[in-house]
Amino acid sequence: MSTRHILLGLLASGPSHGYDLKRRHDERFPQARPLAYGQVYTTLQRLVRDGLAEVDGTGSDGGPERTAYRTTEAGARELARWAAEVAPPAPYVTNEIFTKVVVSALADGDPAAYLRDQRAAHLARMRELTAVKTAPGADLATVLSADYALNHLDADLRWMTTTAARLTTLTAEVDAT
Amino acid sequence: MRHTDTGDAAAPLLAASDLVKTYGGTEALRGASLDLRAGETVAVTGASGSGKSTLLHCLAGMVRPDSGTVRYAGERLEEAPERRLSELRRTDFGMVFQFGQLIPELTALDNVALPLMLGGSGRTEARERAGTWMERFGVWGQRELRPGQMSGGQAQRTALARALVTGPAVVFADEPTGALDSLASERVMTVLTQTVRESGTAVLLVTHDALVAAYADREVALRDGVTAPAGVGV
Ligand SMILES: Nc1ncnc2c1ncn2[C@@H]1O[C@H](COP(=O)(O)OP(=O)(O)O)[C@@H](O)[C@H]1O
Ligand SMILES: [Mg+2]
Repeated sequence: MSTRHILLGLLASGPSHGYDLKRRHDERFPQARPLAYGQVYTTLQRLVRDGLAEVDGTGSDGGPERTAYRTTEAGARELARWAAEVAPPAPYVTNEIFTKVVVSALADGDPAAYLRDQRAAHLARMRELTAVKTAPGADLATVLSADYALNHLDADLRWMTTTAARLTTLTAEVDAT
Repeated sequence: MRHTDTGDAAAPLLAASDLVKTYGGTEALRGASLDLRAGETVAVTGASGSGKSTLLHCLAGMVRPDSGTVRYAGERLEEAPERRLSELRRTDFGMVFQFGQLIPELTALDNVALPLMLGGSGRTEARERAGTWMERFGVWGQRELRPGQMSGGQAQRTALARALVTGPAVVFADEPTGALDSLASERVMTVLTQTVRESGTAVLLVTHDALVAAYADREVALRDGVTAPAGVGV
């Protein structure tokens, strides 16, 4: 999963420091492995190096000194590009699709448009797999592996259909937190 | 047996444009458009109540839209007389639904032979041709059974044989696998796809199941009675 893009998505709602970003990431993506502080700081430094984020200021709030970061225009463009980019329709991409939809909703993007494109890519892949498995002479191993991929892609697709229908609500909920 | 010239291969065989259909206060279609080319299978997908069946019924000349046009091989169906529409349904169109299209009192073989007999064929010839189609669809062994005695998959393959026996240019299939388990569904879709590919029959396939839609050449998604632009899903 792309930590860069998740952090850019979290920064889209306003400047934030590393500790806060880690906490929000772990809350938002409870299924994902919690982010290590080291990883957050390294990723933030790379985002700054690449011009996708910049330092917003430092403060201590009575505690230790903390640096806050904000996204740049280039960062917002990169986030929108990534969120709209179709994931390769293979089994187990679900988590990437889920992450893109949530990050895109967080960043006021267009998850509905992304879901339409991802759906089209999934269906195109499902048509290929169906053709493979129904080709005359397809052997058992081919049929079984095509079935396996087809059923997982179908599960993704059903989740995407439900999510597309739910999106207005989802966007409202993400905004509210 | 096709009474209509299917014309130029590049032009759509069947085309619906901006269909609107209201039932009382319900807007079943609010601007649905769809092209079907000769020999092509198009899946119409969408949530329950999105207007899929209504669109199929308008295209098959079973329901008249409030506005919009339906052209079949250049002929305007939305304004064609009822007599002409029932003739087309006998000669050029085949129908398969989720349930209930077979006549329960007739054997499977007589069910498949019936459209030919209604078209003027003699009983012997009709039964012979019907038998050929049943064999192709893997239900020859069930020819003497009545629909109630067959499995769901066998009944649907018999219904497909009945839809194709007259050599239609277009088959309309509304959730043809809706009541079947996954392997029976796969068998129905495989035999349908292979047969129409060989015979050059176009299929309008209504389904809410992506695993079934994946047998089609492409998808047209309906949402609240409106078709999405080409290439765009639900
Ligand atoms: N004959 C009818 N009379 C009244 N309402 C109808 C009729 N046919 C369809 N509808 C309504 O039109 C809408 C679309 O129905 P339909 O085309 O059957 O959708 P789908 O096949 O996608 O489930 C639904 O709200 C349905 O209740
Ligand atoms: Mg329906």
